[in-house]
Amino acid sequence: MAAIHHPGHEHEHHGPPSGIMRWLTTTNHKDIGTLYLWFSFIMFLTGGVMALTIRSELFQPGLQIVEPEFFNQLTTLHGLIMVFGGIMPAFVGFANWQIPMMIGAPDMAFARMNNWSFWLLPPAALLLITSFLVPGGAAAAGWTLYPPLSTQMGMGMDMTIFAVHILGASSIMGSINIVTTILNMRAPGMTMMKMPLFVWTWLITAYLLLAVMPVLAGAVTMLLTDRQFGTNFFNAAGGGDPVMFQHIFWFFGHPEVYIMILPAFGIVSQVIPTFARKPLFGYSSMVYATASIAILSFIVWAHHMFTVGMPVTAQLFFMYATMLIAVPTAVKVFNWTATMWRGSMTFEAPMLFAIGFIFLFTIGGFSGIVLAVVPVDIVLQDTYYVVAHFHYVLVSGSLFAIFAGTYYWLPKWTGNMYDETLAKTHFWLSMIFFNVTFFVQHFLGLAGMPRRVPDYALQFADFNMISSIGAFGFGFSQLLFLYVILKCIRGGAKATDQVWDSADTLEWTLPSPPPYHSFETPPQVSFDEYHVKNVQNVHSK
Amino acid sequence: MSQEGNHYYIPAPSIWPITGSIALFFMTFGAAFTVNKIPVGYGLLAIGFAILVYMLFGWFGTVSRESEEGKFNKQVDSSFRWGMSWFIFTEVMFFAGFFGALYYMRILSVPWLGDLEHKLLWPDFAGGWPTSGPGITDKFTPMGAWGLPAFNTALLLSSGVTVTWAHWALKLNKRSQLKWGLFFTILLGTLFIGCQAYEYVHAYSELNLKFTTGAYGASFYMLTGFHGFHVTLGAIMLTVIYFRVLAGHFKPEHHFGFEGVSWYWHFVDVVWLGLFVFVYLL
Amino acid sequence: MSSKVAVILAWISTFILYPGIAAGASKLSELSKINLPEPATKIATEMYDLHMFVMYVCVVIFIGVFGIMLYSVVKHRKSVGYKAANFHHSTTVEIIWTTIPFIILIALGYPATQTVIAMKDTSTPDITIKATGYQWLWGYDYLTGEGEGISFYSKMSTPREQIRNEAPKGENYLLEVDNNVVVPVGKKIRILMTANDVIHAWSVQALGVKQDAIPGFIRDAWFKAEKTGIYRGACSELCGKEHAFMPIVVEVVEPEKYSQWVVAQNKKSEETAVDVNKEFTMDELKAQGEKVYAGTCAACHQVTGKGIPGTFPGLDGSKITNGPKAEHIKMVVNGKAGTAMAAFKHLSDVDIAAVVTYERNAWGNTMGDVVQPSEIKEFRN
Ligand code: HEA
Ligand code: HEA
Ligand code: HEC
Ligand code: CUA
Ligand SMILES: [Cu+2]
Repeated sequence: MAAIHHPGHEHEHHGPPSGIMRWLTTTNHKDIGTLYLWFSFIMFLTGGVMALTIRSELFQPGLQIVEPEFFNQLTTLHGLIMVFGGIMPAFVGFANWQIPMMIGAPDMAFARMNNWSFWLLPPAALLLITSFLVPGGAAAAGWTLYPPLSTQMGMGMDMTIFAVHILGASSIMGSINIVTTILNMRAPGMTMMKMPLFVWTWLITAYLLLAVMPVLAGAVTMLLTDRQFGTNFFNAAGGGDPVMFQHIFWFFGHPEVYIMILPAFGIVSQVIPTFARKPLFGYSSMVYATASIAILSFIVWAHHMFTVGMPVTAQLFFMYATMLIAVPTAVKVFNWTATMWRGSMTFEAPMLFAIGFIFLFTIGGFSGIVLAVVPVDIVLQDTYYVVAHFHYVLVSGSLFAIFAGTYYWLPKWTGNMYDETLAKTHFWLSMIFFNVTFFVQHFLGLAGMPRRVPDYALQFADFNMISSIGAFGFGFSQLLFLYVILKCIRGGAKATDQVWDSADTLEWTLPSPPPYHSFETPPQVSFDEYHVKNVQNVHSK
Repeated sequence: MSQEGNHYYIPAPSIWPITGSIALFFMTFGAAFTVNKIPVGYGLLAIGFAILVYMLFGWFGTVSRESEEGKFNKQVDSSFRWGMSWFIFTEVMFFAGFFGALYYMRILSVPWLGDLEHKLLWPDFAGGWPTSGPGITDKFTPMGAWGLPAFNTALLLSSGVTVTWAHWALKLNKRSQLKWGLFFTILLGTLFIGCQAYEYVHAYSELNLKFTTGAYGASFYMLTGFHGFHVTLGAIMLTVIYFRVLAGHFKPEHHFGFEGVSWYWHFVDVVWLGLFVFVYLL
Repeated sequence: MSSKVAVILAWISTFILYPGIAAGASKLSELSKINLPEPATKIATEMYDLHMFVMYVCVVIFIGVFGIMLYSVVKHRKSVGYKAANFHHSTTVEIIWTTIPFIILIALGYPATQTVIAMKDTSTPDITIKATGYQWLWGYDYLTGEGEGISFYSKMSTPREQIRNEAPKGENYLLEVDNNVVVPVGKKIRILMTANDVIHAWSVQALGVKQDAIPGFIRDAWFKAEKTGIYRGACSELCGKEHAFMPIVVEVVEPEKYSQWVVAQNKKSEETAVDVNKEFTMDELKAQGEKVYAGTCAACHQVTGKGIPGTFPGLDGSKITNGPKAEHIKMVVNGKAGTAMAAFKHLSDVDIAAVVTYERNAWGNTMGDVVQPSEIKEFRN
């Protein structure tokens, strides 16, 4: 990814500074996209090492390698780092690279602020990671930071709170940028209903971020004042309520999980038509379905809280609203299937990951529906069934889509083809080991194994052992991914501009790798949303 | 890519964002140390703050220079509008979180704590608002609405009028009315902050109403405090604009810097109305 | 490295891991369950059935959708020469496949609603028990009904050696407690949940109950067991380092046996009701204190009294354990707000006196003074 730099395409008076300063001061959407992607990959490995430590401890019953307190810190930081450091920045990286190219813009609307959105992430990551070193260690209250447990923690908790503040600021700036870019910088003729689905899903995701990140900031601010300045927001003695934190947190948290899946839907909606050689089925209903999911996501938050003791009416309301989300999601799954139907399919790595995504995400969606049914959630809440559910939607959902997108656009970004054999191997290994790791966790949850425990009863021993072995297999398979990427950046068969024969969005009209400023003169867009073929490429060298 | 005419302005590589990140790096580590009473914290905070101020001067200075050089075409201007609107939207959501907390405590958790079932834990608590909760017995007097707060409402509302008056002037190119309008707005804003500060002193020393006074105290100070902080920011931004006006910046047809700040000021105004009703009046 | 070599390496490593998985799978003893435990109440049965129903519906949809996709993947591929069609939407089809899931969901929601309403009806209980979560044990108070007035703590009884892998693990490893909650079969038991420090959750799957215990609030749930037996559960909300170690054991017995238990329990509490005004000797207090310490305090401050540096202060040589008695007692009774050091006021006067005395005279501490239960009583007033 570092090789996109193309000296031939710059104006003399404006070459970017070289060396480290290029990356520190860049205002170029591709450079920033690259930074985001590398950052997220490093965070993914960091969170992954924590996951492997967790899985090693859980390999057998009894306490083996870590103390319970440290185990809780690992769980908490694994969740936070994967969510805020791994998945979200990866999608922002895709947004940076792709949105300007897909809508025919020269760059993002606010190029300087774009740089800041990225460079806020490293301080936040430092706060999170160094919190392991301070007295009392890192936050150990779960990624959900529920008080009063989180009020008990040491300084690591304050560092986590400030990290969340910074991450929030970064996301807000990033989203303002994305919204403005999409609304204001489309090439002539690129009407809203002609935008590629990836752009649509990101537009909606950015709105979700704008609406909920400030709320999270408010929640952790109250946590901070409760901890340090004696307020009583989450303390019954002062008239507050610990459960209030949960309401505010999940008002953020549920939209957050869709923030992590909608761009994934977008990527898959680009990949499937390309490799089926057939237009996306039901473009407009895909757009409406995405919007419906986003809107519904604001009224389902309490499904994470079915066991806190809400009134019956509230439980029923949140159950119905949650189940309703299956309808627009169903539309998506059916549309993808219909796109594949009677296509002329080939199965390169992006397509494999996209199909793997649909297959496994649906399993995760189904376990979500199971959890949405209140009486069933009562027995499954806070068990490994939930852990299985969200890894199906997050790992084989979001992460697989990230893999699909990376392979799909890598030739465009680097100008080189990646090694298809290795990429396919990466897919099959990931697919197998993912299921070995997480499918058995459904059984553990049903049988009653609580989550966030370093030790468990003997009846859970066998499945835990299988799950741990799977986790190591899955982890090592990701090193293969790293290898494929590095190899592709360093060289390989030259990619054509078109790369995939029937890819039809605007980025494919640019050279591979694209020039430093994507579309200096806006291209003329003259196609409708289904026949995206006859693009007039007005790109000037 | 300094382009003239119809090209969208893409700024050259810039050191300001990374400077801002370094500032926040120092500030957050500093804050984490400070709240845990580790002395280096104050130093780090101060360094971070200094860098932040430097960065703000640098960044905003650059932007206003670019603006005066005419680098921002119509499309860039409309980007600014979208950007500022959605930024204000996030601010609204930020306050919504705290209003939500107030609502929750007042309508849900306090009555629950006072109900029959909870007699088991809090035998003497009756619920009702304002309250410092069942476990904090320190007496306090709630803040009335019709004294200073009502006066403050008048101050802020008239400052909304003066800033609009200044905007009209700018559009008609009446520079002196513009200057006076801005001046009065800043004056009213500052007065508001002064009154608010006085109100806090009064609350602490005479009403025994503190940050630690349970649900009422926490929500009162958190909401009014964050609002006051936003008024302060708004006043600072107005001051910057004021000096730019003195320096002859802004044109009748091209003055987004001014408009953005005035939007922000109206937003602060509207939040206050919400506060006045939900924190003071009801 | 050529890609072939890499692929071969990757698959070899897979096959190295495979025997491990196979070994795990083949070992799957009869202990390993893949479904919910057998329900013991009507509500739990409904939950069980609902889960089966929802799951089967999902499996059917899954097979339907992916059957079609698989067919497509096999048939509509370029390598078999299939030419792509060019259709891209159909309003009719889309309306149909929006409506069908909707109808399915109504079919799932209806029975679920019935159960929710039944589940939430905690009125007219035969026995009411208050369960209080502490870091990390449960306290039970029988409030109304037969057995009123009984009150005890229930703590995990699995020895630390088993957890530390220094002794073979027993059959009910991590799922056993010193005092079971005993209730009669066929009676409606209402449990009021609350907590002392952080949020815990009282959960026994077979009884169909899981309810968070929230400090400062009371929440309730109920069950009516249909079969006698021992039902095990665990705290189901992260509550700090020993979260994995606060199980719940409910013993459902015949009504006659329950009555006997009540009588025995009352007798026991009379016997153990010691006179707080009695003077205890240093040795008595130290012996009792060591037990209390090991059971309650050692989780954080460690048996060695050294604590965990940075997280839990050592008590060996600390200022408070070697300072004035009053401060020490205050720390234990009231705890310290905002830290993990919770208030231990729920311990009896004797236990507090004993543990304080112990701490002042254990490890390197040699204060030599004795704290009598009467002093605690006085402090409390
Ligand atoms: C990417 C992230 C993501 C996504 C997309 C989802 C999607 C869904 N989630 Fe999940 N969820 C999480 C991430 C996610 N979740 C996380 C991280 C947690 C745990 C947080 C924590 O506690 O730490 C969680 C927890 C969680 C809970 C709380 C469990 C508990 O703690 O007790 C619930 C309960 O309702 C739930 C439900 C759902 C539902 C109904 C969906 C739906 O959107 C799914 C919809 C999809 C489908 C249904 C499949 C496709 C549809 C068809 C093929 C059509 C036909 C289907 C039917 C008619 C049924 N989720
Ligand atoms: C957002 C995305 C995300 C992702 C991608 C993952 C990825 C993984 N997760 Fe994560 N997980 C969460 C989000 C995520 N998780 C969340 C939100 C929680 C809840 C936290 C909470 O309860 O508060 C959670 C909790 C959680 C638990 C429950 C912990 C508990 O309850 O105590 C477990 C246990 O198995 C687990 C396992 C894994 C594994 C094995 C992976 C694997 O997929 C990881 C694979 C990646 C690697 C392994 C790294 C790459 C490999 C190497 C670096 C090579 C090997 C190392 C060396 C050579 C040094 N996760
Ligand atoms: C959940 C963990 C936990 C448990 C259980 C616990 N403590 Fe503590 N204890 C702490 C922490 C944390 C502190 C430090 C509080 C502070 O920040 O000053 C502390 C402080 C103390 C101190 C003061 C030490 C000093 O020098 O500052 C004493 C005495 C003490 N505990 C006694 C006890 C006794 C007696 C028990 C059991 C009945 C007990 N603790 C159980 C966590 C615990
Ligand atoms: Cu108590 Cu978990
Ligand atoms: Cu959710």
